[in-house]
Amino acid sequence: MSDITGAPLPPPTRTPLLPPTRTPLLPPTRAEYCVIACAEAWRDAGEILASPMGLIPSIGARLARCTFSPDLLLTDGEALLVGPDGTVEGWLPYRQHLTLAAGGRRHVMMGASQIDRYGNQNISCIGDWARPARQLLGVRGAPVNTLNHATSYWIPKHSRRVFVEKVDMVCGVGNDRAGGAPFHHLARVVSGLGVFDFATPDRSMRLASLHPGVTVEEVREATAFPLAVPDEVPYTRDPTAAELRLIREVIDPADTRSREVAG
Amino acid sequence: MSDRTDKTMSADEVVSRLESGMTLGIGGWGSRRKPMSLVRALLRSRVTDLTVVSCGGPDIGMLAAAGRIRTLVAAFATLDSIPLEPHYRAARERGALELMEIDEAMFLWGLRAAANRLPFMPVRAGLGSDVMRVNPGLRTVTSPYEDGETLVAMPALRLDAALVHVSRADGRGNGQYLGPDPYFDDLFCEAAEAAYVSCERIVDTAELTKETAPQTLLIKRHTVAGVVESPRGAHFTSCVPDYGRDEAFQKQYATTSWAEFAGRFLDGDEHAYQSAVRDWHEEAAHE
Repeated sequence: MSDITGAPLPPPTRTPLLPPTRTPLLPPTRAEYCVIACAEAWRDAGEILASPMGLIPSIGARLARCTFSPDLLLTDGEALLVGPDGTVEGWLPYRQHLTLAAGGRRHVMMGASQIDRYGNQNISCIGDWARPARQLLGVRGAPVNTLNHATSYWIPKHSRRVFVEKVDMVCGVGNDRAGGAPFHHLARVVSGLGVFDFATPDRSMRLASLHPGVTVEEVREATAFPLAVPDEVPYTRDPTAAELRLIREVIDPADTRSREVAG
Repeated sequence: MSDRTDKTMSADEVVSRLESGMTLGIGGWGSRRKPMSLVRALLRSRVTDLTVVSCGGPDIGMLAAAGRIRTLVAAFATLDSIPLEPHYRAARERGALELMEIDEAMFLWGLRAAANRLPFMPVRAGLGSDVMRVNPGLRTVTSPYEDGETLVAMPALRLDAALVHVSRADGRGNGQYLGPDPYFDDLFCEAAEAAYVSCERIVDTAELTKETAPQTLLIKRHTVAGVVESPRGAHFTSCVPDYGRDEAFQKQYATTSWAEFAGRFLDGDEHAYQSAVRDWHEEAAHE
């Protein structure tokens, strides 16, 4: 696909919901912690559309739908609303998708070529907009999304090139520029290193959890702006055995997730 | 008394009605159901200096590479399975066109404003983003009701002409889509002074609803000035259910220099294009 804001999604799977096997489980991989961190964005979200961009957010959304957030709506990446096994339950062409977004019953997880400490996001171009050094996708629906419903971001490769002091073109609106917009809400940023939120007095980015095996120093090193870090940083929670089996045997048996995040 | 019962024409006749400097809307979305045979006909003409309004795909890449676009109005350009449109990207990076970069919702409401003959539509999108910085002409409007919210007044995207591609049509211009998404094609037609519809097959009017629901009749004939029968006219973009995207050929397009691609595939007419594509597939199969 491309959804109204992002990168292609994998095609809908019609994998039957197989009974889980009882083989011993290997410990969770980094990619699987990322899946859990993405899925948690949609916990207790209710009957809204989960719009994941990217492989791991898509796996996370399906995991949430299959477990703790059964009311979520999902799309096939085109114009259909589908259940986790691919069963069609509705029709959502782009024009209705945009109305749904404006109506607020949606939580999108977009990508970001650049993001700053207030969550301003850029997917349009790198360099001077008038004549960019690198033309990217364009603003897509990032402006309408961020002003109308919950928005999170997924950044597999956490680096100073992405976590920048200032983005070159503000597409998704950050907390310092929302100006009291009534429905603006940045929920979380999930990267290959950890989870971030905006629970600070000036609503700038804060380290909320580290994926096991990652240190605070590593995150600071890979971030070009000063990051709020609490005294005690928890680790991203472990997947349950049932969640791991769902991820590995039902939702993503081909292990596409390890192509997005290694280790 | 004018006879409006037969609007069939060739792609070249459509293009003969276009003029340099026009504002042209192009339907479809990304690399999906683009009126590519009409775009190819446009590339064979001398029409240039266009303002193009599009949910951008290879239509934009080709027209930009050929230097036909003065100003692009778009929220994105993509080949879907290949996220970035390489020829559009190259054109932007060499400063070859002006851009009115707007959000997808602003784009939709701009078309709706034009279709409804309104000067603008209020939209909650753009504020706080750099869309306002790079489009200094955009204005805001304040709700006259007690909420008092400030919104963007998205100006109508009025079109001199629109090009769309659908699955079936009759000779009068009733157009039918059989795929999953209408995209904004009907709005493009309603927003345009003259809309031209290409289709996979022209059929009798009665045939349109013989086996499919009337809701598939997306385009109404009163909005249509010309109908072109153009089998595989959306190629290499998708036209589901007649055909999917030609991924192998799209990859070829995306990885070949524009001069080489245009030289091999776009020098002749539509028939020559389709046979050059067949030849390319045969060669590729033997490699």
